[in-house]
Amino acid sequence: MAEGILDVEDGTFDAEVMKSELPVVVDFWAPWCGPCRAIGPIVEELATLYKGKVKFTKFNVDENPLTPGKFAVRAIPTLLFVKGGEVVETITGMTAKAKLDEVIKKLL
Amino acid sequence: METVDYDLVIIGGGPAGLTAGLYAARARLNVIMIEKVAPGGQVLITDLIENYPGFPEGISGPDLTDRLVAQAKQFGLPIESEEVQSLDLTGPVKKVILADRIIKTHAIIIASGASPNTLNVGEERFKGKGLSYCATCDGPFFRDKDVVAVGGGDTAVQESIFLTKFARKVYLVHRRDQLRAAKILQERALSNEKIEFVWDSVVTGLDGFFGVDNVHVKNVKTGEVRTIKADGCFIWIGIVPNGDFIGETLKRDEWGFVITDAKMATSVPGVFAAGDVRDTPLRQIATAVGDAAIAAYSAEHYIENMKS
Repeated sequence: MAEGILDVEDGTFDAEVMKSELPVVVDFWAPWCGPCRAIGPIVEELATLYKGKVKFTKFNVDENPLTPGKFAVRAIPTLLFVKGGEVVETITGMTAKAKLDEVIKKLL
Repeated sequence: METVDYDLVIIGGGPAGLTAGLYAARARLNVIMIEKVAPGGQVLITDLIENYPGFPEGISGPDLTDRLVAQAKQFGLPIESEEVQSLDLTGPVKKVILADRIIKTHAIIIASGASPNTLNVGEERFKGKGLSYCATCDGPFFRDKDVVAVGGGDTAVQESIFLTKFARKVYLVHRRDQLRAAKILQERALSNEKIEFVWDSVVTGLDGFFGVDNVHVKNVKTGEVRTIKADGCFIWIGIVPNGDFIGETLKRDEWGFVITDAKMATSVPGVFAAGDVRDTPLRQIATAVGDAAIAAYSAEHYIENMKS
């Protein structure tokens, strides 16, 4: 796992994401997903850029079946942007860094 | 001579772009690759590639991408994650316009690939909620559920077979009464008990509450309308070129694919094209890398002549 990105699971999702003080980016991924693998480095770059301001998390949908259903995630990669316990935005698919950066700026 | 930032700019990081980059880097050209998101392209959503020579066991799209990237980087190809906004091809020095800067170059290889065609029935609102173009990404979300797949070519048939690993049933909707896919894929699909063929039919719409619940289908011969209960709808009805940034300067065919000669030269000297974005009878990894080797070779010669 990349430095600065926290692995969250079904059991820790509520505490780490929904009740987080900082805004949170959740990267729903799975080992079998090529595009997830491809955008990984972009998410890591953003995590470094926003260190201390935004919490970056990864959520393995393969090992954790409950949370994706709650948020109607039926495709990956999906990025969830959460602020104060509310889902502010959801982005699915390969997305350019500039676009993700734009959404993260709105969280601050 | 006007100064340039690079000899060659390669636009796109799929197999064509990465191969062009490999050849250009080995030719010691001053080259850069500009990729919109991350290298790979359409190959990233391919579960198993069985027709790329040299891999008798097959290879997954992401694994092949890793290898192509490693090989190109080994010879020094820089890859930048930026989206090209437009091209200015009016002078001998070409300009590649990015969001925050302009790159001046002698030559360009356009390898921007293609994207899946859409149904155009307002299905996009279900993106990420049951509508998908990627079986390897999203197939496992449909374990023991029914899904619809649309199309009759290689991708539709191969990916439908893949979906049967998870789905209870795959309805394969095709507008004709026979498949276009390679015979070996047809044989596998037709003998797969989990695939139900819906011939001579097109999808007219999707509906659902949280996500896709129903797929509406119309038989084009009889006019009969049918609703299929399904949680997912996978679309594989061909591709459209990624060419919004190209503009009007280059000659393109009626669908927007870039027209080239046998040397991969476009209608503008110094601009070459390779892979799926090109007007070509076959769009495979094997053809894309072949195009790219020729395009890089042609670009190298163009640049040499330019400088001499």
